[in-house]
Amino acid sequence: MKAERVFLLLAALAGLLWLAPFAWMAVASMRPDAPGQADLASLWPSGPFGWDNYRDAWESGHFPLWYLNTALLCVGILAVQMVTVSLAGYAFARIDFPGRSTVFALFLLQLLLPPAVLVVPNLQMIVHLGLFDSLAGIAAPYCASAFGVFLMRQTFRSIPRDFEEAARIDGASRLQIMRHILLPMAWPGLASFAVVSVSAHWNEFLWPLMAVSSPQHQVLTVGLASFTLASESGGSWGVIAAGTALVALPLLLGFTLLQRRFTASLASTGLK
Amino acid sequence: MAGEDVRIGLARASRENMVAAVLLAPSLLFLAAFTYWPVFGVVLRSLTEQRFGQSASWGFGNFIRLFADTHFHRVLVNTVLYAVGTIVPSLVLALFLAVALSKPGRLTGLLRTVLMLPQMVPLVAAAALYVFVFLPGEGLLDHYLAYFGRYATNWLGSPDLALPSVILITIWKNTGYYMLFFLAGLAGIPADLLEAARIDGANGWRRFRDVTLPLLGPTFAFVGVIAMVNALVQIDHIIVMTGGGPSDSTNMILYYIYQQAEQNLDLGLASAATVVCVGVLLALALLSLRRLERGIHYES
Repeated sequence: MKAERVFLLLAALAGLLWLAPFAWMAVASMRPDAPGQADLASLWPSGPFGWDNYRDAWESGHFPLWYLNTALLCVGILAVQMVTVSLAGYAFARIDFPGRSTVFALFLLQLLLPPAVLVVPNLQMIVHLGLFDSLAGIAAPYCASAFGVFLMRQTFRSIPRDFEEAARIDGASRLQIMRHILLPMAWPGLASFAVVSVSAHWNEFLWPLMAVSSPQHQVLTVGLASFTLASESGGSWGVIAAGTALVALPLLLGFTLLQRRFTASLASTGLK
Repeated sequence: MAGEDVRIGLARASRENMVAAVLLAPSLLFLAAFTYWPVFGVVLRSLTEQRFGQSASWGFGNFIRLFADTHFHRVLVNTVLYAVGTIVPSLVLALFLAVALSKPGRLTGLLRTVLMLPQMVPLVAAAALYVFVFLPGEGLLDHYLAYFGRYATNWLGSPDLALPSVILITIWKNTGYYMLFFLAGLAGIPADLLEAARIDGANGWRRFRDVTLPLLGPTFAFVGVIAMVNALVQIDHIIVMTGGGPSDSTNMILYYIYQQAEQNLDLGLASAATVVCVGVLLALALLSLRRLERGIHYES
């Protein structure tokens, strides 16, 4: 009993430490910048507060464009993935074809070799396909998802076959069965996958940095990096904090609102 | 009659195979273009020697150049230090936090959420925050360390401290994520096993060491692989914060690849380094695959 109390106390301490950078981000982004101020690092919210840093950050970056590109990228990737992973997931769950486990292992290879490792050959590939410097070029390597196929295989497996049998006896085609029975029942699996997919691609940096050269195709992370480098030399920490908040807040807010779904789907990234 | 049945059965089986092929085709197409072919292509490219004004020839020249490069020696050492320095503390801490927060409750739920927050922000955003955390003198860390009589440490600017500083960010960022897997693993341990051990007189530590820990083996193997891939792949903060420096002290394999490809335009060297990186990942995966497989048998 006593040890449990101590453990909880230590965990709470870790929680406070973990929170500190976010607390600084929140406080500093609201505190007007004044050169040479002593309480730059103070976590204690002390006034006067204002939105000036957010306005400066918004005006010195291209946030509307970056938001738009990031949203288009995440939605586009997800839309294609939904099709590829549910089709392949169904095949692995329901059809007993020769070499199934070998093909499945080939799929899982992608988990070990994420596109970031293969930047050099992938770059040559999208140049070859004429997709360099476009959102489609950033999206292309993510259109197939081993993780998604794995998740959907598990989801389809957990649905009893009786439903399909009954529909087949009633004369439904395979496509009808998939559309009207399996996909609606697999909804929780697809939703979990959507959460993981969107958060992964919202946060991606190295590949979008290399796959795109013109400013009009930049995403939030790439924009933030150049923005930070520019503001760092000027010592405008309040503006950096505000810019960082603009990039991080959508997912942070989404996470705290949908916390259960997030944790459940992140934990399912591989177990079971 | 029987022959007819077999024929119908065979026709049906081949029809099923066709359906499977059609369903798998979209995924396989993308995997072929962006996973399989690139691995093959990068091996080919690494074995191609291109000299200015001459036609390309085959050979191990790129690998010879790579392993002769003193920068690359430093990169290999750094990558190992970074991998060990991030994986071991993150996993130990994640397991500890999972044990401490395994019981449901308002406070434990809140703490789990807080510890998960860093996972939800881009590594680039985390880097932007930590540039200030590590700011000498005025930064968050120095501001509070000053109370303990320590002033103005050049965290990111000194070759000795830069790598540990970068490691600290990674631990902060990933520990909460790994904790989730340990929480799931702990929840999967049958309560009656722990109860039986208790009745046999095993104290809390013995129960943890002899029952919980062995049963978490598959979780360790799985999280270990994820952490390994992360250690090799996540270098966004290096790009933003240190640029591999000072004097190569935070240069790591993927950053080196990025440097060769983007800055030096040396695709031969970049390809050879990629082949080394892919080889290491596959070898480590094969090693842990066995343990993982055993774990999956155990779980089902």
